[in-house]
Amino acid sequence: MSTKEVIKKAFIKSLPVMAAYVILGMGFGILMTGRGYGPLWSFVCSIFIFAGSMQYVTVDLLAAAASPINAAVMTLMVNARHLFYGISMIGKYREMGKTKPYLIFGLTDETYSLLCDDRDYPAGKSQRELYCFFVTAFNQSYWVTGTMLGALIGTVFRFNSNGIDFSMTALFVTVFVEQWLTSEEQRSALIGIGAAILCLLVFGESNFLIPTMILITLLLSVSYRKGGKNNG
Amino acid sequence: MGDIHSVILIAVIAGVTMLIRFLPFLIFNGKRKVPEYVMFLGDKLPYAIIGMLIVYCLRNVDFVTASDWIPSAVSVAVVVFLHIWKRNTLLSIIGGTLLYMFLVQAVFV
Repeated sequence: MSTKEVIKKAFIKSLPVMAAYVILGMGFGILMTGRGYGPLWSFVCSIFIFAGSMQYVTVDLLAAAASPINAAVMTLMVNARHLFYGISMIGKYREMGKTKPYLIFGLTDETYSLLCDDRDYPAGKSQRELYCFFVTAFNQSYWVTGTMLGALIGTVFRFNSNGIDFSMTALFVTVFVEQWLTSEEQRSALIGIGAAILCLLVFGESNFLIPTMILITLLLSVSYRKGGKNNG
Repeated sequence: MGDIHSVILIAVIAGVTMLIRFLPFLIFNGKRKVPEYVMFLGDKLPYAIIGMLIVYCLRNVDFVTASDWIPSAVSVAVVVFLHIWKRNTLLSIIGGTLLYMFLVQAVFV
């Protein structure tokens, strides 16, 4: 595959995230201007933080002038799931060269959802790296673009964006259905949903992510112990 | 609050976010072989995590109030249906989101 074809493939792969990120990024930019933080602030956040849900939390932390300690703890809680993305990408990113730090930096929920399944990576080591780099970079460019649009719109006029955040849910549901239809990993998928619902009921909506991740790890470990490495 | 405080907060949030993302790669760097068990988790986690993220997105849905859960339930069902039917990710996302926005803005106000 030529470089041009790889970039095209990455662009097509990233299109669904374009829809979600432009919309969600706009929401972030609009919220920031609503709290008195102009376009430059939103831009800096989207370049350096680049974490969708955490940036929404950031708006609240900024508005409340939270302490740095509180901000750090909150970030740990909200983003702890990214540890899991890292673990599951270690093998796939091991062969990556000089863009690896950026690939890791840009491993958001959405980027992860596009790259976690390496069955449709192009063949060839340098093509794979180029592909992952462009998927990540396209995603961040959508996020930054959406943010700036939102920041500009937010300073000019208001519109009813209520419900726009559903695009993130829709993206994950789509990825879930796609994985369900094309892989043999239905059991892992059910473990994820089941563990999350159980922990949500037990621990409540603000504290359930970390217990869920522990439970998922435990349940997957059980199937590993049973030697279920190859049977989903 | 001052601009300096805001800059510090953004720096802390960006720093912790990066730390979390880099940590697994720092622990299992080139010198240390990744244990088979961690590789196994890496294989299975994507499927489980996407399921978890769906629940995470829907965590604030109130299943007692009809005006709250019906738009979410209907829209999720439509995304699933659209995707099984057409297998077109963009269509599934945009269709589901527009429907959801319509439901929460015009129907279940």
